[in-house]
Amino acid sequence: MADGPVAEVLLRQLATADGGLDSAELAAKLGVEHQAVVGAVKSLQALGEIIEAELRSTKRWELTAEGEEIAREGSHEARVFRSIPPEGLAQSELMRLPSGKVGFSKAMSNKWIRVDKSAADGPRVFRVVDSVEDEVQRRLQLVQGGQAEKLGEKERSELRKRKLLTEVTLKTYWVSKGSAFSTSISKQETELSPEMISSGSWRDRPFKPYNFLAHGVLPDSGHLHPLLKVRTQFRQIFLEMGFTEMPTDNFIESSFWNFDALFQPQQHPARDQHDTFFLRDPAEALQLPMDYVHRVKRTHSQGGYGSQGYKYNWKLEEARKNLLRTHTTSASARALYRLAQKKPFTPAKYFSIDRVFRNETLDATHLAEFHQIEGVVADHGLTLGHLMGVLREFFTKLGITQLRFKPAYNPYTEPSMEVFSYHQGQGGTWSWEGEGCLRLPTLSPGPFHCQAHSQAHCQTQHHPHDLPCPSPSSTGLRKWVEVGNSGIFRPEMLLPMGLPENVSVIAWGLSLERPTMIKYGINNIRELVGHKVNLQMVYDSPLCRLDAEPGPPRTQGTA
Amino acid sequence: MPDISYAWCKAVLKENAVYILLPFKLNKLKLAISFFFQLTKNLMNCVLNLVWNLMKLYDLLCLEGLVRGLQVFKERIKAPVYKRVTPNGEIQKLIITEETARIRPYAVAAVLRNIKFTKDRYDSFIELQEKLHQNICRKRALVAIGTHDLDTLSGPFTYTAKRPSDIKFKPLNKTKEYTACELMNIYKTDNHLKHYLHIIENKPLFPVIYDSNGVVLSMPPIINGNHSKITVNTRNVFIECTGTDFTKAKIVLDVIVTMFSEYCENPFMVEAAEVVFPNGKSYIFPELAYRKEIVRADLINKKVGIRETPENIAKLLTRMHLKSEVIGDGNQIEIEIPPTRADVIHACDIVEDAAIAYGYNNIQMALPKTYTIANQFPLNKLTELLRYDMAAAGFTEALTFALCSQEDIADKLGLDISATKAVHISNPKTAEFQVARTTLLPGLLKTIAANRKMPLPLKLFEISDIVVKDSSRDVGARNYRHLCAVYYNKNPGFEIIHGLLDRIMQLLNVPPGEKKGGYVIKASEGAAFFPGRCAEILARGQSIGKLGVLHPDVITKFELTMPCSSLEINIEPFL
Repeated sequence: MADGPVAEVLLRQLATADGGLDSAELAAKLGVEHQAVVGAVKSLQALGEIIEAELRSTKRWELTAEGEEIAREGSHEARVFRSIPPEGLAQSELMRLPSGKVGFSKAMSNKWIRVDKSAADGPRVFRVVDSVEDEVQRRLQLVQGGQAEKLGEKERSELRKRKLLTEVTLKTYWVSKGSAFSTSISKQETELSPEMISSGSWRDRPFKPYNFLAHGVLPDSGHLHPLLKVRTQFRQIFLEMGFTEMPTDNFIESSFWNFDALFQPQQHPARDQHDTFFLRDPAEALQLPMDYVHRVKRTHSQGGYGSQGYKYNWKLEEARKNLLRTHTTSASARALYRLAQKKPFTPAKYFSIDRVFRNETLDATHLAEFHQIEGVVADHGLTLGHLMGVLREFFTKLGITQLRFKPAYNPYTEPSMEVFSYHQGQGGTWSWEGEGCLRLPTLSPGPFHCQAHSQAHCQTQHHPHDLPCPSPSSTGLRKWVEVGNSGIFRPEMLLPMGLPENVSVIAWGLSLERPTMIKYGINNIRELVGHKVNLQMVYDSPLCRLDAEPGPPRTQGTA
Repeated sequence: MPDISYAWCKAVLKENAVYILLPFKLNKLKLAISFFFQLTKNLMNCVLNLVWNLMKLYDLLCLEGLVRGLQVFKERIKAPVYKRVTPNGEIQKLIITEETARIRPYAVAAVLRNIKFTKDRYDSFIELQEKLHQNICRKRALVAIGTHDLDTLSGPFTYTAKRPSDIKFKPLNKTKEYTACELMNIYKTDNHLKHYLHIIENKPLFPVIYDSNGVVLSMPPIINGNHSKITVNTRNVFIECTGTDFTKAKIVLDVIVTMFSEYCENPFMVEAAEVVFPNGKSYIFPELAYRKEIVRADLINKKVGIRETPENIAKLLTRMHLKSEVIGDGNQIEIEIPPTRADVIHACDIVEDAAIAYGYNNIQMALPKTYTIANQFPLNKLTELLRYDMAAAGFTEALTFALCSQEDIADKLGLDISATKAVHISNPKTAEFQVARTTLLPGLLKTIAANRKMPLPLKLFEISDIVVKDSSRDVGARNYRHLCAVYYNKNPGFEIIHGLLDRIMQLLNVPPGEKKGGYVIKASEGAAFFPGRCAEILARGQSIGKLGVLHPDVITKFELTMPCSSLEINIEPFL
């Protein structure tokens, strides 16, 4: 409260002061602790423009406890000198005096006393001079009297070395009148109360101003996980576009639905132990739709439906092998198979977002599990142009408007195209030339380099969660990044399901983690997914508004 | 504009110090080419078009194929016609004996006659074999290639299988003879060859090829003999490919001979070899089969979404190494698929090549007219609704792994793994991926353990799938959608977790009490829970999960120090 007696006195003093006053001087004048004056200054400051206070720090010399003792009673050497009677004093006796040890050596070096070692009963100390000037005491008394400046630098430092003086920094306020200076202050209310409202007293009361620079108190609340916030937005986008959600609640899948149904041959590297998690228990699928299985087998081993087939010995045991699904395209295959059984054919748009699993080497951007986003449209006469059109609408909803397409290889789509988008925020322009290929403005590890991983596996499965590789020379890194993979499902996949011949199915996929990492500026996937997540990051993560904000600049190397 | 020649391409690549053509470095090749070609932008377009297809076109694995592809694309040259010719003299014969049947039953062969190698050509020839071995040959498991100086050998050749101790020869680049057993030991420490040993290791018989004098040509898929080693000076090359996949062996042989017959005295002419199978049937290789497909131009237009004349489409395809012409009613295109394009197995592959040559980014985008009404998957819809209200109830969402160790779901929770009905992974690289989780609790406890520095209390939840064996499902396992929540503080906070259950039931419109499909909790036991602090949750007439205070042993095993209560239910009954 500002209305302590000190504050009132301060204001009265200030009213008559010329220009202002010093808080320490005031304290000395009033005979109160300096802290009390400082408290009064602060509380007056809080009231607004009544006073102005400028913080000043001054250095001052003060006596230590020992220094004060000396100022009072004289230096140790002087005390030793005085305690020696004219007939001298036994040294052993002298050493027992309180100042004995220190005072003796100092008095000796001052040549005030001498020791006679030949005395009968041990060494004896005698005065050498009749009287002494206690210079140390005098100097300390000067300091005590606030006249430290009268001492030379050398003298002060000598006293400091003897731990008789210390230098203290004193923070004082220079107080002057404020624009709303007044000697009469009334008590300010801190908060509005129900009583004030009912009595109307708030009309007459001054209120203490708020400090709007202070932080508020965050509400106690729960938080949604950033990756799943992004998942919600992707679901929303698909729903807005009229896509129906496919069931994907089966992490365990048979090789048949995961690979064979997609016309992925049984020797394909993706079906290798190195890439896929197979199951020991239950090791094999119990049931497969055998009619359909036979059509798939025939297509792989002999061809059909206009295809040469892969011409190899297709094995049912291989198709029965259970695994953790490597993509949600297996769920799409099941959905399309169900669609094919409905006669007559009705066009469909499907989507899914769920976990998939890869038995691969883990690093900053690869985990054994991640979320795949997949969209599928089945209708008569769909073209590559339609696929690109749907992709354009889809990515526009994500806030990505610059799209380019390049040929790619997928085992189950033909034609296949990778989707690239320009990631804003970095320099460099992109130009396009007649024959439809991309031309890179300078040496660009960008779009190519970022596929290093999938290339490493050399025609293994597509890895939609590949991030652009961190590059040591990131200044030259173009921000054209692969944002998805897409294509038209091969007839060898669709026709054995029983879909009509003139029905095309376009599809695309991407990972959920990658756009989320870009959006939230996360470089290590473990900071986002899994138990090692930093909960503070979850608490602090903003809303997911994919089309509203550009992601934070992704400078490589910033955590 | 520089001429697209072998020397030029090679100079470009060398200049950029990325002349690394191993398959796993293919992206570097792309990089180098993309870098150089920006200087000559028209070329850039065609190079990228071709290089983009690198992954599936085996003939682009070597510079010869790439250069030829570029030249054809730029219409500098016409695609060469590869021909198999029967020699004037005796045809080279490879006889397969029946012993090979159980280990590596197929073999194909061909001869490159009067070839002229240079250092570059020779290196490229070796590199191509290596790249094929890594790629289509599946690290030699499906196919292994052997190339030999024919002038050092005398046919007919025999492809047979023998006991390893009975095979003895001087292998490539060694100075003395070893038995096959000895070689398998020696190569265990060979960084290159050790990766192939497993293909035949522990088999009673090893495949081996002899000439008529008993000289060992090769012991596929491990090593060739030193006797028939080819050099820069070799003029006549005998090529054999053995394998377990006949189709792939034929493709591999075709790729090699089409690429390197260019350097024969009669370019693109390949001398035939005869292979006699154990059943007495005899085949002539290489196949070098040209196949004709007829595709309607309007089909290509319709699939791609363009409107080009049949003539233009034929031109586009021809540039992609698919010689095409308009025939019949003027709408049909006859396409010749050369032996180098083994990837073309359906009209859709031809459609893609037309689209690539046309340029994907030149295709007019359109929206399909497909009219559909969207539906959410009910389980996900319920999950989404619950997630928001769990957060509104003050709990923070975690996202944990579906795979974990056996220890996480069993030992640490005081259970035996056999009691969990968990599905087991057969080939985990680490213990973190032994099983699919059967409960969400371990993931949440691990999340807390990783966040012990955060201010208390920690209130976490997760709504996600767990997996258990279920023989009523086609794959023998199924997911359940679980909701799990934990409260971690200086006090166990059972009442808080209990209150959360009450709130969840309120949200799901399930009344308290056993009647009318309501819910109750009943004292129960659970290995993970502190005795007397565990209850089973019964709702809609069935048990849906448990809640309680965690057992101190569980808390300790998850490296936690504070009391903790938890709740885990299956939400599927509330659909």
